[in-house]
Amino acid sequence: MRVIIVGAGEVGSSIAASLADAHEVVVVDTDPERVDTLTYSLDVLAIEGDGTSLATLREAGIGDADMIIASTDDDETNLVTCGTAKTVDDPFTIARVKNVDYLETWQHAADRRAFGVDFMVCTNLLTAEDIVRVVGLPAARDVDPFAGGTVQMAEFAVGDGSPVADQTVREADRFDSLTFAALLRNGDVEIARGESRIRAGDKVVVIGSPESVQAFAREVAPAETPSGSEDLVIIGGSEIGYHTARELEERGLHPRLIERDPDRARELAEKLPDTVVMESDATDAEFLAREHVDEADAVVTTLESDEKNLLVSVLAKRLGADRTVAVVETAEYVDLFETVGVDVAVNPREVTAEEITRFTRELHTEKVALIEDDKAEVLEIEVDGDSVLIDRPIREAVADLPDGFVIGAITREGRFIVPRGDTVIEPGDHVVAFAERDALEAISDRL
Amino acid sequence: MVNLRVDWRASVALVGTVMKWLAVAMVFPLALAAFYGEGLVTFLAAMTVAVAAGWSLERLDDDPDLGAREGFLMVGLTWLAVSVVGALPYVIAGQGTIAHPVNALFESMSGFTTTGATVMGDIGFDTHSRALMMWRQQTQWLGGMGIVVLAVAILPELSVGGAQLMDAEAPGPGIQKLTPRIAETARALWKAYLGITALEVVLLIGLNAVGVAPNVTVYQAVAHGFTTMATGGFSPAARSIEYFSAAVQWLIVPFMVAAGTNFALFWHALNGEPEAFGEDTEFRFYVGVLAVFTGLTAVLLFTGGTLQPTRVGPLSGNLEQSVRHAVFQVVSLVTTTGYASMDFAQWGRPAQYVLFVALFVGGSAGSTGGAVKIVRWLVILKSLKRELFTTVHPEAVRPVRLGGRALDERAIRGIYAFTLLYLVIFFAATTLVYVDAARVGLDLIALDAMSAVAATLGNVGPGFGIVGPMENYRPFPNSTKLFMVFLMWIGRLEILPVLVLLTPAYWQS
Repeated sequence: MRVIIVGAGEVGSSIAASLADAHEVVVVDTDPERVDTLTYSLDVLAIEGDGTSLATLREAGIGDADMIIASTDDDETNLVTCGTAKTVDDPFTIARVKNVDYLETWQHAADRRAFGVDFMVCTNLLTAEDIVRVVGLPAARDVDPFAGGTVQMAEFAVGDGSPVADQTVREADRFDSLTFAALLRNGDVEIARGESRIRAGDKVVVIGSPESVQAFAREVAPAETPSGSEDLVIIGGSEIGYHTARELEERGLHPRLIERDPDRARELAEKLPDTVVMESDATDAEFLAREHVDEADAVVTTLESDEKNLLVSVLAKRLGADRTVAVVETAEYVDLFETVGVDVAVNPREVTAEEITRFTRELHTEKVALIEDDKAEVLEIEVDGDSVLIDRPIREAVADLPDGFVIGAITREGRFIVPRGDTVIEPGDHVVAFAERDALEAISDRL
Repeated sequence: MVNLRVDWRASVALVGTVMKWLAVAMVFPLALAAFYGEGLVTFLAAMTVAVAAGWSLERLDDDPDLGAREGFLMVGLTWLAVSVVGALPYVIAGQGTIAHPVNALFESMSGFTTTGATVMGDIGFDTHSRALMMWRQQTQWLGGMGIVVLAVAILPELSVGGAQLMDAEAPGPGIQKLTPRIAETARALWKAYLGITALEVVLLIGLNAVGVAPNVTVYQAVAHGFTTMATGGFSPAARSIEYFSAAVQWLIVPFMVAAGTNFALFWHALNGEPEAFGEDTEFRFYVGVLAVFTGLTAVLLFTGGTLQPTRVGPLSGNLEQSVRHAVFQVVSLVTTTGYASMDFAQWGRPAQYVLFVALFVGGSAGSTGGAVKIVRWLVILKSLKRELFTTVHPEAVRPVRLGGRALDERAIRGIYAFTLLYLVIFFAATTLVYVDAARVGLDLIALDAMSAVAATLGNVGPGFGIVGPMENYRPFPNSTKLFMVFLMWIGRLEILPVLVLLTPAYWQS
């Protein structure tokens, strides 16, 4: 496969490095030094030029390319690059953006082809989701958002003392808008039936609304999962900070957010009804003590500079905060942060590069998450008129399909719908389903 | 000579247009007079005066152009002018106490502002013609949704700047534009208003037809349709709604509740979004307030400890009656309708004080109800809760939310200012009424004086004691009556649009 990557910063270089072994990779960047470095460090073709220019793309061989990844630091450049590429040929286009509004527009478009983008990755949102997974669902082995965040898939280990251990799925199924998809035992995948018994040592895969997944986590791992009464503090009202708070709110948690700028604080307070926004300098130890940040269960720093994040994290840790999570823009600092005592350092570029690489490897046009080394996957399908699922109750549709297929959640116009036997799926609905490898191969063309 | 910066001619000319159109509204009582064989002179004369006066005022400015300032003046003067014109039939008819000009003006202002306070001595068809009694009902209906809203709906020259005019008049802070064109919004509101009124009239006639409402004639049904939806409170029956059966009283309650509801919600419901009611924070709070007040009153009535049994029928121990009168009276006073299902001024003091507090609550924003308004109390409660929180956490930034939307801090300040001003005026006016009553040797107790002011300023109507629901405002000296005309006027327009006219800053640059 021939892949053109526009933008040779951290994200582009990292993707290029991952793909270089198996694919023909062309990297385009405006900075001659970066082009030079790449030429010698990776087995790729590096070209100097502007990705939004047709001439540059032609030079990169856009006519033969199967895929183009626009990963510069500038949202508009990435969108224009994808649009430009689509005027020449029809390569698969991937754009990286920071602004969530672009992602929403793209998701809103019925065919998901807005801006000429086939797949869009939003750095700020991904990073926030990553932080929330660490802070909000530390017990989860794996968490993946679907349908623009309305649906979540999560994998939990069931411990000895867990309340669902030794219960059947039917007994354990007491959560609104949550579906048990599968039990993973000794590397085998077992579809969750009503009579399946959950044993200690199993892993369970659940699909549901973020709030119900959080509620489930509280039940299976109460010690590790923050509840509404637990104290989560976000320091810094950047876009990542905002989305972190918003995602936590969606899970029924009530974080606190500290922002120094009065106008930004007010703006955030208006947008976040379940978050207590405070206007203060987070390096003010007296303030932190008065607001009992020392007793926080987790402190997330999302300030605009790595140095400030480091300083505040260490300060919070010294005061006595249980766990600290810091956003680190510079990849080289990640280890340093974790060495000096920050529990988790999250690098937005790394998160983005991983997401794009994973997606590229899968090359699915729908979002997927892999379970147990590819033995099964959770996938999101936009249902169209030809699908076997449409216009009849799920009970009937599923009876026609092989066993290893479970419908976990449905979203209709962005609303979450709990799939029940008599639910009728309509064209345009997004279905999040769990499928074993064999089952999926047998039915993929009928979905 | 001060240089005036307000184009008062434009305002007055438009007031003239509205006066002229008021003559059209008199066609209905005129037709009734013809139907019942009563004299036609009263209304023909009033119509002539209205047209002549309106026409000559219109001459002041051929092409009136309203700015924001002219808008305030126009709205304020319109209500004064229609009240004067509306008083003409009472004076010309020359029947009973309201023939006196001061009384006539009081009755007319009370009608248009939907207050429902009356100075009519003996209410009934022995003294007054049916046409005149219906005109009294009709003034309330015209005033309910708003004279100016009606003017915006039908007068093309008001389409520009109509939003400002409606804002100056509409109850509650700010207006909701339902459609891009303000005249269409005004028409939508009036259509909903007309539709619900018609529904009530039809249901009342229906109750009569099935035999559970013996006293409800077609005349009575129309008359009460006019004053329920306007939250007016006038009734051609001397004993108000007590004159009618329990079935009628039960039927009127939901219509009073509807009248105190934001009419924009009905518009949304008619456009296929009935969930708008459940989602509206103010509506939920409104229903909650009604429930709490009703529950409290019903318990007081049922246990009977608060009744003076010699003067009031046996409510204690009678569940249906206790609940019915409690819910009717609470809804009537909270929505500022002012109907009475019995003489609540004869209830014991505790129940009366519950009702007294209800005089200050008011309907929803965008309803026909008066007083302080539910939404303001809601915002005040929420912002006080915020104050308590920020006292403990001084750095916390907490917008006050209403239905998920964060309120602008200036809007909250405006609400505080209005409510404080309302209470200041209430106390100052109570003192004035008290002093003026003492001047002429009228014996008032504090609750009577306070309730009279609260009932006129809040456009409620009846109070307690000498202004109780089966009494009237006639004993007050003329000076007090004129002062109350002023209170009703500023109360209907929510004080500020009128008070601003009295400031030098308004008239100068």
